[in-house]
Amino acid sequence: MSSKIQIALFTVLLSVIGISIAWYKSSVLGVPFVPHDTTSIYRIGAKITFKPTDNPVLVSFAIPSEQNGIKIISSDAASQGYGYNLKNDKNGQRAEWAKREVSGDQTLFFNTDVVIDKNHQLASIQMLPQPLPKEELNEWDEATKKSADSFLKDIYNHSADAHSFAAELIKKVNNHKDSQLINLILDKYNYSLIKFTYKLLRYQGIHTRIVKGFPLEDGRSNLRLESLLETFNGKNWQMFSIKLGKIEKAENFFVWQRGGISILDSEGTKKAKVRFSIVERNVPTSSLALDESLKKGAALIDFSLFSLPISEQNAFKHILLVPIGALVVAFLRIIIGLKTSGTFMPILLALAFMETQLVTGLILFVSIVGVGLVIRSYLSHLNLLLVARISAVVIVVIGIMSVFSIVSHKLGIEEVLTITFFPMIILAWTIERMSILWEEEGAKEVYLQGGGSLFVASLAYFAMSNGTLAYLSFNFPELLLVVLSLVIVLGRYSGYRILELVRFKSQVKDS
Amino acid sequence: MFGLASPSALRKKGILGMNRRNIQYISQYNNRKNFPLVDDKLKTKVITQKVGIAVPSMIGTVEFQYEIKEIGKKIGDKKGFVIKPAQGSAGKGILVIVNRDGDEFIKPNGDRVTFRDIKRHVSNILSGLYSLGGKYDVAMIESLVEFDPVFDRYSFEGVPDIRVVVYRGFPAMAMLRCSTKESDGKANLHQGAVGVGIDLATGRAINAVQHDEPVTIHPDTKYDFSELEIPHWDELLPLAASCYDITDMGYLGVDIVLDKKLGPLILELNARPGLAIQIANGIGSVPRFDLIDKQSMDLSVEERVKFSVENFGKS
Repeated sequence: MSSKIQIALFTVLLSVIGISIAWYKSSVLGVPFVPHDTTSIYRIGAKITFKPTDNPVLVSFAIPSEQNGIKIISSDAASQGYGYNLKNDKNGQRAEWAKREVSGDQTLFFNTDVVIDKNHQLASIQMLPQPLPKEELNEWDEATKKSADSFLKDIYNHSADAHSFAAELIKKVNNHKDSQLINLILDKYNYSLIKFTYKLLRYQGIHTRIVKGFPLEDGRSNLRLESLLETFNGKNWQMFSIKLGKIEKAENFFVWQRGGISILDSEGTKKAKVRFSIVERNVPTSSLALDESLKKGAALIDFSLFSLPISEQNAFKHILLVPIGALVVAFLRIIIGLKTSGTFMPILLALAFMETQLVTGLILFVSIVGVGLVIRSYLSHLNLLLVARISAVVIVVIGIMSVFSIVSHKLGIEEVLTITFFPMIILAWTIERMSILWEEEGAKEVYLQGGGSLFVASLAYFAMSNGTLAYLSFNFPELLLVVLSLVIVLGRYSGYRILELVRFKSQVKDS
Repeated sequence: MFGLASPSALRKKGILGMNRRNIQYISQYNNRKNFPLVDDKLKTKVITQKVGIAVPSMIGTVEFQYEIKEIGKKIGDKKGFVIKPAQGSAGKGILVIVNRDGDEFIKPNGDRVTFRDIKRHVSNILSGLYSLGGKYDVAMIESLVEFDPVFDRYSFEGVPDIRVVVYRGFPAMAMLRCSTKESDGKANLHQGAVGVGIDLATGRAINAVQHDEPVTIHPDTKYDFSELEIPHWDELLPLAASCYDITDMGYLGVDIVLDKKLGPLILELNARPGLAIQIANGIGSVPRFDLIDKQSMDLSVEERVKFSVENFGKS
């Protein structure tokens, strides 16, 4: 009896703690419980990694400045033991880190929080970098220059101003991408297509700049900067992409740096590189200034998941869904009484389904396991030791995955490429178990347990892919305590399972 | 309603559910440290033999892959034998050989296997294919029980055994498990074997079920279960009850077979006996457990059996 009371107290305590923290966050700090009526704050993380040499390290990193349509709320840098300061130069702001003695792999972080805000327009048109003198293409030989002249003249005749000229040029360049002339120039002077276009525009006397940035999309990591071109027609700037031509609406394109100067300069380092990641988080529209309070405010926030580097935050978005899946599995097994093959295999399947989408995932799983079973039945004739056999099945699974991917890619069914999200080892064990089950208990039990697993995995998928639950689990991770107490309560449930009510039906029919 | 039994009616009848079995009985009366004794058939065998409990005799064990070559020597010219994993569960991995024909071995259903197949089976056992959690295992070779022919009419191609649930030393319920064509000669109820509830006082059949539904005749042999009566019944219950004293497991399933010459033998013990025995007997086990809970725990085997026979017997 006392253990019952203990459990009751314990679970109530857990739930109360979880709910009150969530309530505090919601009512005092203003994090809303529902995802709508909010604005997305994108936290962009730049992660600079390098190996030091014996010399003192100086890293200079271009950081974004104000731009139209996207508001920068705050920026901060994290770097243990480095001297850090911000510097303005004629091409914009740069962050600088310095340290005299450094050893081992180094990582520097620079985070910036931005919101998409159409009304955020700068008072004056930014002219950074300062207009450069007209490009003379002096390094080009005369013959090439001449053909370039006639190429550009044609375009000039078909255009009205700087913007239409640029659009026409990009179209032409794309059409002739494979032409001998362009390839010759690209090869000879070691130009990228964008640099080639940039040079030609400036040769034409158009004020042009290279813009580097990326679209704001949640959950991206290991992102590199994309390059775009911007031309100035005397009144405003217009963005162009080499692939897509004129960009009419670039609402979510965040410009990290303008002007084509180098993003990352460093001394005393080897293999320096920078990668970006983006994570989206919701705050109430009413109080965007809240972000500041979030940052300065309670220790609660300071010790929350938001204080982690962004790529880890993205990982936690997935990890925090696992308890929801576990709760679903516990419920279906303890309350309903469903059989599955492997207790938590369905959760791993559900995680894979999140990437593949449900129907694709189900089809892929059934086909891999099906083909695997056929091959496994041959392997069982070879008289192998268990560990070797499972290893062989793992290799076969990888083979099946590759063949599926290649064939479907050739056929243009790109959905199948998500096959890589299935956990291979789990698939191999599933195949092994199913095949034993088949031999010992017959096909019926295989369908029963396999179907049960897929059913549980699908339900777990629906729970885990639910937008509200995903939002709550990431923004209110303290609610995990409530999930924990639910699981504990389930663990003490000693009543009948739903399927037992069917099973024991004959026992009470007559009475 | 909707083909479901109402939970309150089941509770009134004292039917034990899986969750309650796990929380209230297994985790309370079966101490974790005693599990290996029951899960490992080799250990069970050693300890039961030590206290003189009747078990099928042992031909040998195979512990390492290199010993597989020597299986032939161990078996010798024995016509019938059983190979089982020491830590197998739910009857997995048990290979029964009833006869030989030249180089081939004959299974109860008439299938023939070669010596090579037997070696592979033993190799699988050692690799842990059938053991709980895939641990390395030991293969046991036992002599084939010469089944008492009284059950021939009630069993199809297989091994009939008697399951007695022993609660805190008291036999609480018993059933005979008869293999059918559908269960492929195995005595597992979830594979389609027939469970026959047995009256603890007399050893006579009470009620029979297949797939949790009542049946009156064996589906393959067509014999009426109501005529069934288990011989040696007076020896059988004390044998089952004495397993409590050696294992200290409060909620124990004891599987017994009848040998033509030797009488009842303990085939194996089970620390997680299932719930189907209630359906076979048409009665819930909770009221019996509750009654046993009120008894003194210092009784001898004979006194406990006497209590069960008097209180749980039908006649």
